[in-house]
Amino acid sequence: MSFNSIVLVKQVPDTANISGQVMKDDGTVNRALLPAIFNHEDRIALEFALQVRDNYGGTVTVITMGPPRASDVLRECLFMGADEAYLISDRKFAGADTLATSYVLSEAIKKMGNFDIIFGGRQAIDGDTAQVGPQTAEKLNIPQVTYAMSIEGLNKDSITIKRKIEGGYEVLQAKLPVLVTVLKDAAFPRPFKAKRVMAYKNAKTLLELEKLVEGNSLLYIDQLKDEYIQKHIYIKTLTMDDLQLEVERCGVAGSPTKVHKVESVVLGAGTHEMIEPNKDGLNLLIDKLMEDHIFG
Amino acid sequence: MANFFTDNPDLLYQFEKLDLDEIVHLTENDFHEAEQYPYAPVNYEDAKENYFKVLEIVGDIAANFIAPNAASVDEEGAIFENGKVHYAKGTKAALDILSQAELMGMILPRKYGGLNFPTTIYMMAVELISRADASLMNLFGLQDIGKTIAQFSDEIQKEEYLSGFASGKYTGAMALTEPDAGSDLQAVKLTAYQDENGKWFLRGVKRFITNGNGEVLLVLARTESGTKDARGLSMLVCYGDETVKVRRIEHKLGIHGSPTCELQFNDTPAQLVGQRRFGLLKYVIYLMNRARVGIGAQSLGISQACYDEALKYAKAREQFGQSIYHLPVIANMLIDMKVTLEAQRSLFYKTCTWLDKKELYEELIEKLKAEKKPFTEVNDKLKEAARVLAFLTPLAKYLLSESSNKIAYDALQIHGGTGYMKEFPIERLSRDARITNIYEGTSQMQIVAAAGGVVNDVLAEYMKQLDALEYKGNLQNLLANVREMRGIFDECLKYVKDKKDAGFQDIAAKNLVELYGSVYISYLLLSEANITGSKLLITKRYILNSLSQAMAHKEMIKAEAYADFIHADTILK
Repeated sequence: MSFNSIVLVKQVPDTANISGQVMKDDGTVNRALLPAIFNHEDRIALEFALQVRDNYGGTVTVITMGPPRASDVLRECLFMGADEAYLISDRKFAGADTLATSYVLSEAIKKMGNFDIIFGGRQAIDGDTAQVGPQTAEKLNIPQVTYAMSIEGLNKDSITIKRKIEGGYEVLQAKLPVLVTVLKDAAFPRPFKAKRVMAYKNAKTLLELEKLVEGNSLLYIDQLKDEYIQKHIYIKTLTMDDLQLEVERCGVAGSPTKVHKVESVVLGAGTHEMIEPNKDGLNLLIDKLMEDHIFG
Repeated sequence: MANFFTDNPDLLYQFEKLDLDEIVHLTENDFHEAEQYPYAPVNYEDAKENYFKVLEIVGDIAANFIAPNAASVDEEGAIFENGKVHYAKGTKAALDILSQAELMGMILPRKYGGLNFPTTIYMMAVELISRADASLMNLFGLQDIGKTIAQFSDEIQKEEYLSGFASGKYTGAMALTEPDAGSDLQAVKLTAYQDENGKWFLRGVKRFITNGNGEVLLVLARTESGTKDARGLSMLVCYGDETVKVRRIEHKLGIHGSPTCELQFNDTPAQLVGQRRFGLLKYVIYLMNRARVGIGAQSLGISQACYDEALKYAKAREQFGQSIYHLPVIANMLIDMKVTLEAQRSLFYKTCTWLDKKELYEELIEKLKAEKKPFTEVNDKLKEAARVLAFLTPLAKYLLSESSNKIAYDALQIHGGTGYMKEFPIERLSRDARITNIYEGTSQMQIVAAAGGVVNDVLAEYMKQLDALEYKGNLQNLLANVREMRGIFDECLKYVKDKKDAGFQDIAAKNLVELYGSVYISYLLLSEANITGSKLLITKRYILNSLSQAMAHKEMIKAEAYADFIHADTILK
């Protein structure tokens, strides 16, 4: 009994290192100014998929939609042990919100053939929407389990997952194929494997190969691509044309989300009040919280 | 993300500077394995990129996974319970992650699952691991056990043991020391005997065995009954099965994560490695020389960690209205630490490349012999490498281990009273450093080993070459200082030789070894500063400091201060 997994990964700006210049006037982030990193929860999603493969066999395919440099995270996936990686990239995808992104991803997944489980991180640290996973599941018309903490069981028909809920957890079973989003503490991601790093360090997407060809009249793209395929270091690359998508559902055109207003929030400590740790104090605290509309 | 490799400009500098051309060509045997293994390099640049990328993995794991657990590993330590040894949780987790990352067979051939890296690169990895947790180095550094098997065992033994080492399934131990055989290994008594079918068995006791609970043990044993010296000793390999009883583990000052075992071999089945009677003379010497270099890397890692802690603390600690970093006395101590670190790192990786060359020449000669091809030229290179290494190995072990103690001492001093408490890592680092100048041959033994090379001026040719370089104007004064030091050394050596007093020579050897070592390191730094401007200040401090010490050495030797050792009994009464 083996399972084929697809993992949705994303390259994100390192928002932990955000500074004033990075915010654009329209309230979006100037990604070019921030170091790009592997979204941590997606790495955990990959770890889940690799564990499924370790325990049951099967394959792990990673897929990302992003600009050409998103190939960095795909190489990292190969270093950790992914069997195959896909870059979905096209200028026309730029500016996509979650709706447009999940449309492109779901169409790409349909083209990729059979799968049993799709894993993804709970959310990406740039948008924090946690919507792409669920929307993709909806578009593929498959069940979804979000906020996964662990896989409790897996057989050819169903998966049993422990998921976090407010104040605790629940265990539920879902039919395969299924989409699962995982939490950041759900696993410890495995390290890069030395041999895989050496073997895949030069793996390239079609877009990267095209760049090489641009600067060198002695190279021909088809020949170069064949060479990379032969050496097993070609990262499959899909564009708008390959996927035959509806233009109006992609990129900015397909994205109804608009930034309404950006506010600069300054967090500062105000006054504080001591409340005695007894029954009276507790009542007082509840009153105060009701007053501030934190309760009720 | 923190990374102990890429966050260390000096280590990166040494990496970039490494001249591995010959070493890589020999290690990779003209790159023919690239056809067979997708991770084997296709040329020199590719190999060096591989080394860099793999050291990046080591640096990542060291900084983000191993270092954060070092305090808990020290606190928990390895535990002995019901006859079994258990690693601390952090140790076990670190070994698991290093195995997952395929880093436990860095120097083993690809055929057995290894990475086939040169020792120099492996030593950089050892430095990184040691900086994170010195006690883990004692397990990570045992890759030399597998390397020794790869070097001297027959194909059957290699097939049996090596893939287990490379995958991390096996850890090893070298069982040499006995209660009455420490520095003097010729006195080893543990017996190996054969049954009527010629099968070997081991019987006896070993003591102070690092990771003696390991799955595979290399044991130095007396195979020739009736003999009393090294020529009766052979090397055997055995499993740490139920016949190998761990009697106890030691409660040590430092490196708590590394179990130090007393072992009792109760008719343990074993296999002979290589030839009989060459156990100590060939195989253990090979293993010990590598282990000594390994302790150099461990010392370097500890020194780096101590310096980092001291610098961080000095910048954060405010006294008299400013951080103590701004007090000249503190800044001066920090400078001394950094200068020592960089000077000795330069010496160390130079030593490593000689070690690689020596071993690769040996392998090449074996190959040429088998193909019945001439090998005199390689043999000459081998002799030279062996000659240089016989000096550089003990010199590096001596200087680096002593310095790690000095740097740890000063780093703790900068912490003041806080440093004496367990809250800060410097307390642990000071305890961990203390073993480095004791095990794998004490400093006193290293001086004895290095003295021959000093007397024979073994590096004369290399110093001459470095002296003859065209130095930039601002280095001319420093060059003159180094020449002056060289003159002082010549004068002292002549004085000691002329005295023809063996006792005096033994004591003065320490001065001479330090003096000679510092002249060589000064030349190395000078040549670095000639190319890299940023090395100028480090070089200057090192040379001026060494020159003043050289004068002190001369005073000590010529003042006859040591002559009173003949009155030892009177003074010590």
